[in-house]
Amino acid sequence: MKPKPRPAGQYAEFMARAYTLELEATERYAQFAEQLETHNNREVAKLFRKLADIEALHAKRILDEMQWPSMPALPPAYAWEGAEGPETAPLDAIHYLMQPYHALEIALRCEREAQKYYEGIAASRAPKQVRDAAREMAAEEAGHVTLIEEWMRRVPRPAAGWDEDPDPPRMNE
Amino acid sequence: MRESVSVALAGSGGAGVMTAGNMLLEAAAAAGYYGIMTRTSGPQIRGGEAAAMVRVSAFPTDAQQDRFHALAAIDWQNVGRFAAEIPLGADSVIVGDPAHGEPPEVFLKSGARYLPVPLKKLAGEIPGAWPNMVALGVLAGLMGIPAAAVEAAARKSMKKGLEPGLLAFRLGMSQVETPKNFHLGEARPSAARWLISGNEAAGYGALRGGVRFVAAYPITPATELLEWLAPALAKLGGTLVQAEDELASINMALGASYGGLPSLTATSGPGLSLMIESLGLGVTAEVPVVVVDVMRTGPSTGIATKSEQGDLNIALYGLHGDAPHIVVAPNSVSDCIAATQWAVGLAESLQLPAIVLSDQYFGQARAIVDVPPKQDFSLKRVVSENRDGYKRYAVTESGVSPMALPGTPGCQYTADGLEHNERGTPSSQAGDHLAQMDKRARKISQLDPGDAWASIEGEGDTAVVTFGSCTGPAREALLDTKVRLISLRLLSPAQPERLKKALEGVKRVLVVEQNHSGQFLRYLRSEYDLPGEVKSLRRPGPLPFRPEEIRNAL
Amino acid sequence: MNAPLTIPLQAKDFKSDYKPVWCPGCGDYSVLSAMTKALAMLDLRPENVAVVSGIGCSSRIPAYTTCYGFHGVHGRALPAATGLKVARPDLTVLVASGDGDGYSIGGNHFLHACRRNVDLTYIVMDNHVYGMTKGQPSPTTEPDWCSKLAPGGTGVREFHPLVIALASGANFIARAFSGDPNGCAGLIAEAVRHPGFSFIEVLSPCVTFRPEQRGWKDRAHPAPVAPTDDPARAARRLMSDDGFNIGVLFKGNRPAFSAGSTQCGQMQDLEKAFQL
Repeated sequence: MKPKPRPAGQYAEFMARAYTLELEATERYAQFAEQLETHNNREVAKLFRKLADIEALHAKRILDEMQWPSMPALPPAYAWEGAEGPETAPLDAIHYLMQPYHALEIALRCEREAQKYYEGIAASRAPKQVRDAAREMAAEEAGHVTLIEEWMRRVPRPAAGWDEDPDPPRMNE
Repeated sequence: MRESVSVALAGSGGAGVMTAGNMLLEAAAAAGYYGIMTRTSGPQIRGGEAAAMVRVSAFPTDAQQDRFHALAAIDWQNVGRFAAEIPLGADSVIVGDPAHGEPPEVFLKSGARYLPVPLKKLAGEIPGAWPNMVALGVLAGLMGIPAAAVEAAARKSMKKGLEPGLLAFRLGMSQVETPKNFHLGEARPSAARWLISGNEAAGYGALRGGVRFVAAYPITPATELLEWLAPALAKLGGTLVQAEDELASINMALGASYGGLPSLTATSGPGLSLMIESLGLGVTAEVPVVVVDVMRTGPSTGIATKSEQGDLNIALYGLHGDAPHIVVAPNSVSDCIAATQWAVGLAESLQLPAIVLSDQYFGQARAIVDVPPKQDFSLKRVVSENRDGYKRYAVTESGVSPMALPGTPGCQYTADGLEHNERGTPSSQAGDHLAQMDKRARKISQLDPGDAWASIEGEGDTAVVTFGSCTGPAREALLDTKVRLISLRLLSPAQPERLKKALEGVKRVLVVEQNHSGQFLRYLRSEYDLPGEVKSLRRPGPLPFRPEEIRNAL
Repeated sequence: MNAPLTIPLQAKDFKSDYKPVWCPGCGDYSVLSAMTKALAMLDLRPENVAVVSGIGCSSRIPAYTTCYGFHGVHGRALPAATGLKVARPDLTVLVASGDGDGYSIGGNHFLHACRRNVDLTYIVMDNHVYGMTKGQPSPTTEPDWCSKLAPGGTGVREFHPLVIALASGANFIARAFSGDPNGCAGLIAEAVRHPGFSFIEVLSPCVTFRPEQRGWKDRAHPAPVAPTDDPARAARRLMSDDGFNIGVLFKGNRPAFSAGSTQCGQMQDLEKAFQL
């Protein structure tokens, strides 16, 4: 279910939504990190923590720009038209044996989705202030896409059979 | 001399045998006597043969006598099937309606005297009268129960046909005289007494103990206990919910108890078998709950309408794993009150399941008992409001950890059947399992039951050790003897020190129980040292022990 | 003295510190997220909420919340929750289960819980498999799904829980999808708000034993029509349901179970019955 771009009514509402987008992305990466820590995949957990930190910075920048001390009231989360925010990786995207490359693939998809989302708003009939802001955000996300692509060139590509576990699943109860 | 008269009234369905039997019991109560009524019937739902057995005495008892003084039958259809339950002797009287033929040989061979009374014809003389009231008159006349007492009972219970009924009763009474060997003894009309069944007593005891939630699934012979509780609970602001099966009823009780309400369910052997897994949950998650098992003849479907003491094994040992819990056994109809109340208190204060081993004999018998003294065991659940790093399963000296009730802020926890650490987090660590096992075992091993653990009477170097409904006949068997009677009320946890003390000086022990394999004997052997010579008197249901059987075994 | 201000709680206040043991990628993470979001949306407090569960992966959920929890035995969450709610009507009681725990061993209790209509919210995380015991067919497993216990498939037609719930009297029937945690949160909140027995079947893929269920995100779709309160209409829809209709499918008007007595008699009143 892909989120469709919709015209954001007001500039503040748009920025609140952008903030929510970044915040949810942060939270999702943090969730992934926690799950992978519990499942002893420390390497990728660290990577997701880093991604979470990056998104947190983006979120904070929006707060600073708007001079909001903190987000007073988040807009209803499920206003994303069903599924989650464009930059929020789906919960089933991870695997306990995943490798850093996979995490970056996920991040890449998220950044591209976010870019598309903002581009959609920039091309819509929203007020000029919103469109300008959206254009800026889209450009920023495009920059992130490049960064991640770069990052991906520096990590090894997973070999076939990366998800093979010689031990069968454990029965706990 | 302990004077008492037992009579039986039999007939096929529709004859009103139970109604008349109840009236006789109530008359005895009104006249100042004690007594007990039990019933038996054929398998048909309606119209089947039935017999009401009533014992009346000047002293409290809920045992059966060795023999019935009189058997009155409105007709003889299939009544022969009750012969083993209605033993007669040469001194007994058989009252029968000659219009229905001779009494069956199985009764006559006892040597009892046949007294023909044309019940049907006599009833026919009074429009609207039934033969059962004539028979009632005959029995009351034989027993020496004052007519006024019977008439008072009839007035209370007969909704229609009272006048013809009373006439028929008087007519019947006028047909007989009290034989010389029928001795009721002197009544004590001033003693405050109740008329109560074992099932009602257990229900009442539960309420006294504080139970305010009951989950119910019908099963013979426990259904009346639950049916009595339904309106009684409502009167006190409590709730009874009918469950879809015993698996649901035990879990409903556990859920309600987790929420803070003392909770209970009642069942019989087959139902207890179904509940066993969830009793283990109560043990591990430390949730109080009481199950009254009104034991019936087993195994499997067995004989639903008859008694036996065959669930001792499953009550004690049925749970998988080592799952310490309480097992309590009332030893009289009246004791069903105190034993159940005590079980509720123990379950609540120790936070675990308690099983009350009642049986069909107690459960479905109606007895005239002394009004039981009000007891307060002061056994309550220890509740916590501590928010400071609350540990639901904290290892304490007593083994009991204060329980937070839902709604209390700051001490949320998850009750778990999974083994857990002190906080309640599931744990597979050896240290945690041992600590929690020790804690749960400590809860019951440190229980000091006081004198309530057993009824100990008499003196001598022979002792009868028993429990439950064998206690009454044993007590009567031991009258005028130098034999001790020890009837265990607390079966789990075992009390080896106390039994040792009770058996000091005893050289011979007779273990009496109503089951086939000797479950109680084996339990005693496994938990206690029994001195000297040990003999087992055991018999499975459906027939109750009679005092002479126990006397003969000594 | 001023009463302390009640700070509105957020989803994270309903999530405990325990790290779930679920496989990364498991749909149950979504359900946990949705549950905590819903509880925050409903303005509840954790100490006034109880989560009752049975045995299975999904049933681990109570300890992952900061609510009161009851992790019972296999298949018996509904009766435990029933007893708890009847004893403590002041609490909000959620029941969590899986397709094995809830529809197989718990099947009988499911029928009667729907009938009884106690005010509970029943969330079944359905992944068409017994996950905790390593991959056996469950009542909702397709008849031709091969497993060790049933090579070649069971050949037994799947259980249709929503139809059964409707026929048995459930007052609120919905289906959610773990791929949409926010939508799921909304459904849970609506279910809790709705009186009586509210049933939500959550399609929650098992990444370990049914990895092909990742394809569910392409099959789940919003229900094409609005929820109905007409059981007959709902029955027609549910009997032709494709198993992936997401949303509220039935919202009934049955009054919730009420067994409580408001009498306040005394023990002496009961003793009268025994007196001669």
